[in-house]
Amino acid sequence: MLVGWDVAVEIRSPGSVFGADPAEAIVDLLGTWTIRLLLITLSISTVARIVKRPKIVTLRRTVGLWTFVYACIHFTAYFALLAEFSISAWLEDFSERTYITAGMTALMLLIPLAVTSTRNWQRRLGLRWRKLHALIYPAAMAALLHVLWAAKASFLDVFIYGLALAILFGERIVVRIRRRASKGAMSR
Amino acid sequence: MHVIGAAGLASSVPLAALQAGWMDSKGFTSAPPSEDAVTPRGYATSFNNFYEFGTDKNDPAELGSRLTTEPWNVEVAGLVGKPGTYDIEDLLAGVDLEERIYRLRCVEAWSMVIPWIGFPLKTLLERFNPLGSAKYVAFTTLYRPEEMPGQRSYFSSIKYPYVEGLRLDEAYHPLAIMAVGMYGQVLPNQNGAPLRLVVPWKYGFKSIKSIVRIELTETRPRTTWNLTASNEYGFYANVNPTVHHPRWSQGSERRLPSSLFNGNRKISTRMYNGYEEVAGLYAGMNLRLNY
Ligand code: HEM
Repeated sequence: MLVGWDVAVEIRSPGSVFGADPAEAIVDLLGTWTIRLLLITLSISTVARIVKRPKIVTLRRTVGLWTFVYACIHFTAYFALLAEFSISAWLEDFSERTYITAGMTALMLLIPLAVTSTRNWQRRLGLRWRKLHALIYPAAMAALLHVLWAAKASFLDVFIYGLALAILFGERIVVRIRRRASKGAMSR
Repeated sequence: MHVIGAAGLASSVPLAALQAGWMDSKGFTSAPPSEDAVTPRGYATSFNNFYEFGTDKNDPAELGSRLTTEPWNVEVAGLVGKPGTYDIEDLLAGVDLEERIYRLRCVEAWSMVIPWIGFPLKTLLERFNPLGSAKYVAFTTLYRPEEMPGQRSYFSSIKYPYVEGLRLDEAYHPLAIMAVGMYGQVLPNQNGAPLRLVVPWKYGFKSIKSIVRIELTETRPRTTWNLTASNEYGFYANVNPTVHHPRWSQGSERRLPSSLFNGNRKISTRMYNGYEEVAGLYAGMNLRLNY
């Protein structure tokens, strides 16, 4: 939304917000928000567990969908402003530039999640819904690779995103191990 | 031709001195109008790569003011008859400055058109009497982490100081210049003050900034981006639309400033950035291998 305001100002006075290269600045800004939203989505259940408020988890669907929306706008900005609506430029980037391959992979993995995010689908898929939505993990890995491979020489951002992801993954592994251990204890 | 008349004639314009006193008395020969529209100064001085100050395009403009450029000495070393440490004033003494309007093509697939003020690199190198055995020239950027925050970053894969180099015959090509000014003024810090290289037929990263050392060598110098990612950045780095880069398509470029909806000003990239007169330097070379 803030991006929308910036874009509006930029259109009225070119160069005022995004500098000499608004196209790339906008793509970068949208990408940054996409990965932040992705990390926030992943952290919701962790936070719910830590503060013991399972209700918070209901937020996950909304934030997850916003992540998808931002990913789509980020891609659209790339396609419109950098690839200039050229399908061949997009395909060349997809096949020759590993960071674009990774970004596209992340986006594709998010599509089935967005489509099946409704209650209806959740009911219809039953147990398989959880399995399907585990796709968020490979999607996050692909997104991290996308940012890593897009980086040229400065790895601070990638380090922060990677660390956040490692903590979120680590917490889940710990939870699993504990659950298994307590199940084992009960059955003994 | 870029030069109209010798410096000191009517076409000579005084160079506005910003902070450097040694520039006061200098003038330069202005360039004839160029076929390319010159990029407005504000964009060229606020959007560029100078990783010593940070990796964002506006970092150099925001943090460049921390750099002190006076006094400025340049060490001349290696295969030269007159090695030593030279004050910038000595280097510029007796040099005729001229304006050159050059296209600058960044490896990141954007470009600008910039009016530099400088003098042929050859004029400078010849003053040090290069020995016959010299085949290459290496340049080094200032290393001063207290003033250059990018050099203090723990998350940078670049090893400082920044080093760039040319083959000596490339360095002697009349298009290669040492610049001390742009847009009629002395170089702002963010653009490589007080002394930088401009080699218009190569990707921008070859045009090393804020030079403190020049060494003539027999063997090819190890240059910074080549060391950082040798599969992406070669020693030659000639602008070449047919050799693709793993990150950017080099077939086209976005001429900056671009605006959002009046078209992105995407133009075809030309061989040697349109400076075909340098082709002879690379006769018989495989440009795909020597990228
Ligand atoms: C979930 C999916 C995605 C996420 C989380 C994501 C994230 C990001 C982030 C954080 C950046 C900023 C890097 C920086 O600040 O330098 C970025 C840049 C970029 N992304 Fe994505 N991205 C995704 C999908 C895509 C897709 C599908 C495409 C295009 C096919 C794409 C194309 C780009 C481009 C061209 C850049 C600019 C790279 C540069 O600065 O040179 N991204 N992305």
